[in-house]
Amino acid sequence: MKATLQIKRGTPDTAPHVETFEVDFEAGQSILDGLRAVRHDKDPTLAFRFACINANACKECMMLIDDKIDYACTVKLKEGVTMLAPLPKKALVRDLVTEIAPPNERLHGRG
Amino acid sequence: MHLESDVLVIGAGGAGMYAALEAARAGASVILADRSLIGRGGATVMAQMTVAVALGEQTPDSWEYHLADTLAAGRGLCNESLSAMLCQDGPARIREMDAWKVGWAREGDHIAQIHAPGHDRARCVYVDVLSTGPAVSRTLRTQLNLASGIRRIGDLAIVDIVVRDGRACGAVAVHLSTGETVTLAAKSVIIATGGLTRLYRRNSASFNMGGDGYALALRAGAELIDMEFVQFFPIGHLAPRLVGMDPIMWDPFRYKLGGKLLNGELQEFEEDYATLDARSDGKYVLTRDRATYAISKEVESGRGSPAGGAYLSFQHVPDAELRRAFGPVIDRLAANGIDLTKQLVEVAPIAHYHMGGVRVDECMQSTIPGLYACGEAIGGANGANRLSGNAITEAFVFGARAGQAAAKNAAFASSHWSDAAAAPTVDLLRSADKRDTPNLAVAVTDLQALMADKVGPFRTEEKLGEAIVEIDRMASELGAAPPSSGMSFDPLLIDWLDLRNMLQVAKAVAVPALARKESRGAHQRDDHPGLEEAWTLNQIITLNGGEIALERASIPKKASA
Repeated sequence: MKATLQIKRGTPDTAPHVETFEVDFEAGQSILDGLRAVRHDKDPTLAFRFACINANACKECMMLIDDKIDYACTVKLKEGVTMLAPLPKKALVRDLVTEIAPPNERLHGRG
Repeated sequence: MHLESDVLVIGAGGAGMYAALEAARAGASVILADRSLIGRGGATVMAQMTVAVALGEQTPDSWEYHLADTLAAGRGLCNESLSAMLCQDGPARIREMDAWKVGWAREGDHIAQIHAPGHDRARCVYVDVLSTGPAVSRTLRTQLNLASGIRRIGDLAIVDIVVRDGRACGAVAVHLSTGETVTLAAKSVIIATGGLTRLYRRNSASFNMGGDGYALALRAGAELIDMEFVQFFPIGHLAPRLVGMDPIMWDPFRYKLGGKLLNGELQEFEEDYATLDARSDGKYVLTRDRATYAISKEVESGRGSPAGGAYLSFQHVPDAELRRAFGPVIDRLAANGIDLTKQLVEVAPIAHYHMGGVRVDECMQSTIPGLYACGEAIGGANGANRLSGNAITEAFVFGARAGQAAAKNAAFASSHWSDAAAAPTVDLLRSADKRDTPNLAVAVTDLQALMADKVGPFRTEEKLGEAIVEIDRMASELGAAPPSSGMSFDPLLIDWLDLRNMLQVAKAVAVPALARKESRGAHQRDDHPGLEEAWTLNQIITLNGGEIALERASIPKKASA
């Protein structure tokens, strides 16, 4: 099966743009699996956050998936188009990475 | 940017958070840095179930019984002083966590303890089905919030420890979200970066467990010990795809319900291997190392499951009993399309924990003054094979000890920082340039495949030799300067820095594995089956002129109390 990931990319200094990647997948695989496949097979510069790899323990891979806030590690890949974007109310760092740490756990902008 | 503190703690898992809390309690100013978010990355948050500790409330127990089991599991290679510290300090730390409201499960008026494999009695505390790790992380994060004197900084990847005149004096880091170089002066530096399971294709720990701390210690001039001993967890989840769950989740259920391991021909096979295992407790037919052996040999003999492991079956368990044992987990399995009453799942050995690590003294200090280590990052306490339940306990115990010792050292030391000593690493980061490189994300998976195939649980001289040649080739291909995509949160730079560490650490595992011509605990040589008394010794790894150097040391005797 093939999933089409339309990913909103950019940095705070550049106008956002959408890039489209097609990835092969098997039933049960997650959006996070798809993003890792994109880095491995297509574009290693794609930025996204994760630590625990699909265990839903670290809670770092939160993003906007088809306009809904969710974890990339628990939402499944599907055939057809899935839209991915950074969290809308958090400061953008790059691509799907946003500033999600509490202010007093950051290098800059301590609360 | 330049920052200063008495103590710098690298890594904010269970060990690092405990170290930071204890150092601050002793009056030190602390920076707690993590390449991920604070208390989110690492192995602690992934820990599913049990924490071994001789509380003696439910069943009479003593730390000495816990020590006896730890030493037996370690197959003769434990540093008994460190093992004893783990067992002796354990109860106080577990009770402190209890006072901090971690929520250890209770039975009546006492903390509940269960009997895990390798223990002689019910000794393991837990929070809830599969949520011990998250509860531990949350509790320590709350304590960090309440403490004063601890500055927490996430997204900060430490690139090198800075050493001046043989003493650690701080570190150089890259701040991932801005890309800026950060220098950190500290009188004491604590490595709490966990293990190296990311070196393997299938593993049960986080993305950021690529052995960073071992590489940092090596380049700082410190010694590593027992690096050939990588623990594989026999029944990691393999298929069908399961997300939102820890891959080692099956173990407690298998223990509780007697889940059956079947080969590709749907035959039970554990008994065929059980006669080889003197420590079988009857209920758990095989200990971790023997079960890993049994599954791997079935696969090798062409009797594996379709995805290359063994089947795990709960089909003999009535539906109601399944639901009672699994609780809400049944629904999470259903969301993954898995119905245990109707189907088998496939499991296989996965890299789970590293016994080896930084060689430390009883104050958790490495062979470099001012450089400390704790938790999974140290070697010695667990010898050749770790007893189940000891990982979280050691994170607390050694974390606390390291924090205390580092604070004490800082109280009597003056800053030793030197810009000149930091300059090589600052220059390395500055040298990052936009250029075409092979896809380093592919290089990472290539290395993981190489380690799984050639430096996995079952080794031969031929396979290990091939691995070392290939690791050297990959290291020379990686080159001396990192690539950059010229923007913040740079995945190209992160991959390069990760590979720099991973390749060094991969070699630090393969070289002593090649030298150790026997089979013991987690190190199994197909060409040298059986334990050799003459190999009851530790192998020590250092970096000498950029090359891995190997020495032998006799097993330390326990210092008399």
